[in-house]
Amino acid sequence: MVNLLSKLCGKISPLSIKEYKESGGFEGLEKAIFKMSPKEVIDEVKNSNLRGRGGAAFPTALKWNFVAMENSEDKFVICNADEGEPGTFKDKVLLDGCPFQVIEGMIIAAYAVGANKGYIYIRGEYPKSKEILISGVKILQEEGYLGNKILGKDFSFDIEIRSGAGAYVCGEETALIESIEGNPGRSRFKPPYPPNKGLWGKPTLVNNVETLANIPVILSIGSEEYKKYGTESSTGTKLLSVSGRVVNKGVYEIEFGTTLKEVVYDICEGMEEGKKIKFVQLGGSSGACLPESLLDTKLDFDELRKLEIGLGSGAVLVVDDSICVVDFVKNATKFFDHESCGKCTPCREGNKHIIKILDNLTNGEGTERDLKLLNEIAMVMKQASLCGLGQAAPTALLTTLKYFEDEYKNHIKYNCPAGTCSLKEGVAINV
Amino acid sequence: MTKTENVLRAIEEAGNTEDKLIEVLLKVQERSRENYITENQLEEISQELEIPLSKVYGVASFYSLLSTHRRGENVIQICNSGPCYVRGSRNVVNMFESALGIKMGEVTDDGKFSLEFTSCIGSCDVAPAAKINEEVCGNLDKKKIDEIINNIREGVK
Ligand SMILES: Cc1cc2nc3c(=O)[nH]c(=O)nc-3n(C[C@H](O)[C@H](O)[C@H](O)COP(=O)(O)O)c2cc1C
Ligand code: SF4
Ligand code: FES
Repeated sequence: MVNLLSKLCGKISPLSIKEYKESGGFEGLEKAIFKMSPKEVIDEVKNSNLRGRGGAAFPTALKWNFVAMENSEDKFVICNADEGEPGTFKDKVLLDGCPFQVIEGMIIAAYAVGANKGYIYIRGEYPKSKEILISGVKILQEEGYLGNKILGKDFSFDIEIRSGAGAYVCGEETALIESIEGNPGRSRFKPPYPPNKGLWGKPTLVNNVETLANIPVILSIGSEEYKKYGTESSTGTKLLSVSGRVVNKGVYEIEFGTTLKEVVYDICEGMEEGKKIKFVQLGGSSGACLPESLLDTKLDFDELRKLEIGLGSGAVLVVDDSICVVDFVKNATKFFDHESCGKCTPCREGNKHIIKILDNLTNGEGTERDLKLLNEIAMVMKQASLCGLGQAAPTALLTTLKYFEDEYKNHIKYNCPAGTCSLKEGVAINV
Repeated sequence: MTKTENVLRAIEEAGNTEDKLIEVLLKVQERSRENYITENQLEEISQELEIPLSKVYGVASFYSLLSTHRRGENVIQICNSGPCYVRGSRNVVNMFESALGIKMGEVTDDGKFSLEFTSCIGSCDVAPAAKINEEVCGNLDKKKIDEIINNIREGVK
């Protein structure tokens, strides 16, 4: 475990600007706006190799550059605090523990890309975090860190807080933009991408909370020092949200390059008494399910890409062998079916068909053909869905079909090895 | 407060531009005893913000925190996402259902409680979890569930 990004969380009083400054707060911002040009700030972030922490791992400086290059009177910076991926609760730690750090990151981003207005889109399920943010913004306005002529410089930027209202898809950046505009959160066709045409058709930078919290750190310690953390392909640290059947659940900051085994057995002190590990789902409900044999995998973008999986939001769900894989995937698919915005057919219909077929399996009516169908539907969704929700929805299905194929086949033979779905020893019972 | 006052006050607080629709709806619902937005209120919001009623309804029905159906005075939302499922959210559902004598999606006869599902509420470290009105309750078991219900019935909270 390390203490780079989250070092102030829990250590200072979250809304004390004095304590924040005494701990080095706003050093990054002051360095940026007094000593560096916007381009130099982007170059510094580029040299740090920072990649987005919201799920897609997109190079942050590249995205900033797209927005900076746009010619427009109005540009926006949006902090994505929707944190809806099941099993993810790390942004809340930053928002509640050190809101000024996230906001400082936004101000630096705004300076770098030339934005004059910012929004923090916070999920409706975090009402307390929302209140903290509203107070934090007010304090910073009074202290001259937000508003006109920030710290006396010819740079103006202000922030408004907007609330989500319970829709996972609104974490997707174009759906989020629709929601800020006051519409149902349905993803837009892309292109155009938000850096070109985003909020109200203007160039818009959308970054995750954790990505933005990295910015003040990079600027104050310098990108060279920052790169000493992590691996060559994945610099810095990552906040993991660990849940499931381990002893110590919670949010942990790790350096990239740490293995899943170290996370489960060292950091989280292993499985709860009497529980045996079955698989780890990495990256939330839209993430891959990895069997015990792959626990030596390093958390590193390149290493994970070799397995054709991603780190996603950094959620680590540790599942024990009392859970039936088929039923687990059915539960995950019900989540996506409920959260699908319904705009495109592969996702709107695909999830329903997957649930139906998995129902067949857990009811003892599954056939070999069903397994082929599951694969086909999953591939269509992955390739033809309009946004990331539908594209990633069948990930758990595809990875369990790959690593736990026998368990699916067992269900066709009326046998649930875990014994926890509605199929028990050849008799379908209602649970 | 009359219904119209509720809508006007919400608009005064949130702002009267089209993009504030979601904030307005959230505020109107917050003040409603039965935790929902009535048809009348949807119409009033439509007129005040000059947004077609169909769109106001479309937004209100899209987001799961908003409801256009009468709910209980106390809304119990049980999380059924992955981490809570793995730690037994199904048992939590059964326990709430039998303690209240209603099924998921229903309201008790006295109007005091309603039961719903919710997607992950970011409390997976204390799974299985549920949201009772604005409060999150984690590590739920039979004892805690009975306590929660009794406390509400006895007006402790
Ligand atoms: C269905 C869906 C949900 C998402 N939810 C979130 C979220 O809750 N928070 C977040 O930061 N990004 C989320 N994303 C990713 C965003 O679209 C976007 O890539 C991200 O905010 C960019 O920030 P970053 O480059 O700093 O990672 C989601 C994407 C999809 C497809
Ligand atoms: S993939 Fe799903 S959530 Fe995304 S646009 Fe299509 S229907 Fe909507
Ligand atoms: S899965 Fe239930 S709170 Fe996250």
